Amino acid sequence: MSEKILYSFSAIFDSPDQVSHAAEKVVELGYTKFDVHSPYPLHGMDSAMKLPPSKLGYVALVFGLSGMIGTLLSLWWVSAIDYPIVIGGKPLFSFPAYIPIVFEITVLSASIATVLAMLFVFFKLPNNSHPLHGTEYMKKVSSDKYGISIQAEDPKFDEASVRKLFESLQAREIYSIYWDNEELTHKHKIFEPKFITFLFVVAIISSGTAYFTLNKLMYMIPFNWMMDQPKQSAQQKSLVFSDGFGMRQPVAGTVARGFMPYEFKGQPDVAGEKLVNPIPISKESLKLGQVKFDIYCSPCHGYHAEGDSRLRGQFPNPPSLHSEKVRSWSDGRIFAVLTEGQNIMPSYATQLSVDERWAVINYLRVLQRALNAKETDLQ
Amino acid sequence: MSSSTVEYQKKELPAKVKTVGMTLLLVGLVLVVLGYIVNPTRTAYNNIIGFTFLASIGVGSLFFVAIEYLAGAVWSTPFRRVGEFLSSLIIILPILFIPLLLNMNNVFHWTHPAPADKILVDKAPYLNVNFFIIRVVVFWLLWLVFYYFITKNSGKQDHTKDQLLTKKNIKISALFMPVFALTISFTAIDWLMSLAPHWFSTIFGVYYFSGTVLTALAAATIFIIPLSERGYLVKGIHTDSYYSLGALLFAFTNFWAYIAFSQFLLIWYANLPEETIWFLARWEGNWKFVSIGLLVVHFLIPYIGLLSQPSKMNPKRLLIIASVILFAHYYDLYWLTMPNFSKGEVAFGWIELGFPIMIAGLIILVFIYRTKKENLVPIGDPKLKRGIDFRL
Repeated sequence: MSEKILYSFSAIFDSPDQVSHAAEKVVELGYTKFDVHSPYPLHGMDSAMKLPPSKLGYVALVFGLSGMIGTLLSLWWVSAIDYPIVIGGKPLFSFPAYIPIVFEITVLSASIATVLAMLFVFFKLPNNSHPLHGTEYMKKVSSDKYGISIQAEDPKFDEASVRKLFESLQAREIYSIYWDNEELTHKHKIFEPKFITFLFVVAIISSGTAYFTLNKLMYMIPFNWMMDQPKQSAQQKSLVFSDGFGMRQPVAGTVARGFMPYEFKGQPDVAGEKLVNPIPISKESLKLGQVKFDIYCSPCHGYHAEGDSRLRGQFPNPPSLHSEKVRSWSDGRIFAVLTEGQNIMPSYATQLSVDERWAVINYLRVLQRALNAKETDLQ
Repeated sequence: MSSSTVEYQKKELPAKVKTVGMTLLLVGLVLVVLGYIVNPTRTAYNNIIGFTFLASIGVGSLFFVAIEYLAGAVWSTPFRRVGEFLSSLIIILPILFIPLLLNMNNVFHWTHPAPADKILVDKAPYLNVNFFIIRVVVFWLLWLVFYYFITKNSGKQDHTKDQLLTKKNIKISALFMPVFALTISFTAIDWLMSLAPHWFSTIFGVYYFSGTVLTALAAATIFIIPLSERGYLVKGIHTDSYYSLGALLFAFTNFWAYIAFSQFLLIWYANLPEETIWFLARWEGNWKFVSIGLLVVHFLIPYIGLLSQPSKMNPKRLLIIASVILFAHYYDLYWLTMPNFSKGEVAFGWIELGFPIMIAGLIILVFIYRTKKENLVPIGDPKLKRGIDFRL
């Protein structure tokens, strides 16, 4: 085995006071390349070691500011230049609305940059081949002892004088720590030119293929056939119409499928005259009418349309539907009430389709007839 | 670090300070009295600024003392007496609110609502003269009670060195927290928000609270640094303790900006006329420049001034920024109050100067009065030694 190379002389102390006194002494004697190790952060150690203020704050400042400016610029470009849309009557570049976003991204970029810079730039992690790793010294200072370690690289380093210094400071133990020869000579396979070339080739092939497929191949015949459609897209400019709008209003009088417009809005009496019940009375229609009546009408009017529901007394009382007035109304007149509502009764047009409304009217006629039977019904 | 006992030798403040305080008080008092004779309405508006400002420092300092007990903070223990002395401003608060109670009709138009004004008539069960006076007096008495017990226990400890007194004060401080939160919010609503009684903002109490704590910290800093630098406090206090003051000032500067902006953003976004009218009154005419100035003096200058770590530990710089913050809170209260008095036109003249001058004199004199009777450092506090040895 060849000669080992010295990394440092390291001393172990029993108390934090001793080690910070030692650090002060080491600084005083002009050593620059040394470090203190302790199981936990020691208050006042920075000043004992005469460390300059950390530069980490500048990383936070620079990244925070660039995050802030970048976000502002991109918000401005997106909402005022590239795709200007007026939102909520605010100006295109509405600064107050951006402040929360700018604030969040400033904090995010500053904090992420700070953590990454701390770990990888200031602490130089990962550093698995550090000579202090796995030494007896490191085991002690990471459990219950305090250590100081002066590196051999230091211009003032001299084995005899450092040993003497540690002894004068009443160090408990002194270790000489050596570089691990194996670590020093070890070549990481990951840095071999062959492997790096291989990575480059893979990167170029995969990204080139992706680029070619997505940006070139898709625009070649026959792959672009689906794209080439002579139709008008939403919000596209039209060359056919003189006003240039691609999106057109429907022709006047257009009726949507399965939907009948109601022509008698606000004119219940006209509706009563002109509307005719198109659903003939049948068992199915009456069954449907009963189901819908029990769901939507009975909560107020009662199951028998007598106005005797459980809501009686809590609201203006719902009327009985057996009155002379309602019985003498035509089906169309009742339909107008169901469609538009009346007094505090709301419109049921959204809950009941047109056919269901007629079915409810058919069922109501049955209820009315049951309470006001004619003599002919008995025969 | 080596000595185990606290060396404290009480020194009297120089007589010059008292003369300055006396002069300020007299000049201010003359201006205020003249103001009340010449233009009672305008002076009453200024009186509101003065009262809320003094309440900020007095009650905020008591909050600062209580929070130190509750959090078990050690760094602030050598400085706690300054907070206690400043909180004795609570005793003299009636000097500022009694003239106001006599002039309520001039500033609060909810005291005589028009019968057709449905909003004010509906708010009358809360906003009426009798209940208002009851609230003001009850809040003042509550502050006074907590002030009395906390400072009494702390002062007693100087002689008895009884550690149980600290425990007792922790319990009182815990009780004070909810009382402080409620009283300070309702003080803000009563004195400041009710100047525009048709307007409302649910965050307004927190807004005033943020200013209160910030001002109390700034006022304490302005006293602590010269006293400590000239050796009136104990020996061995390191600039690391100033750092904590600076960091708190920085944090509450941000907190104020956060709350102020939250209030503005929601109202700006919703754009409802009954809410935006309040900001509109502060944006019309040359009030616009006062509003922009508020942003600069209350946020930008303290923020940039305190951003770096060394600036929080540099006594001179910290003193300047704390003075800016103290001024900014007065400016903030002016911005809250005066647009209700003069719409579209900034009102600033000799009447506006009366109250700040008088208050500066009052603060100095009350402080001197308290230093005569008590030590400037709580020498019996068990945390004091650790507080002096505090290092970052």
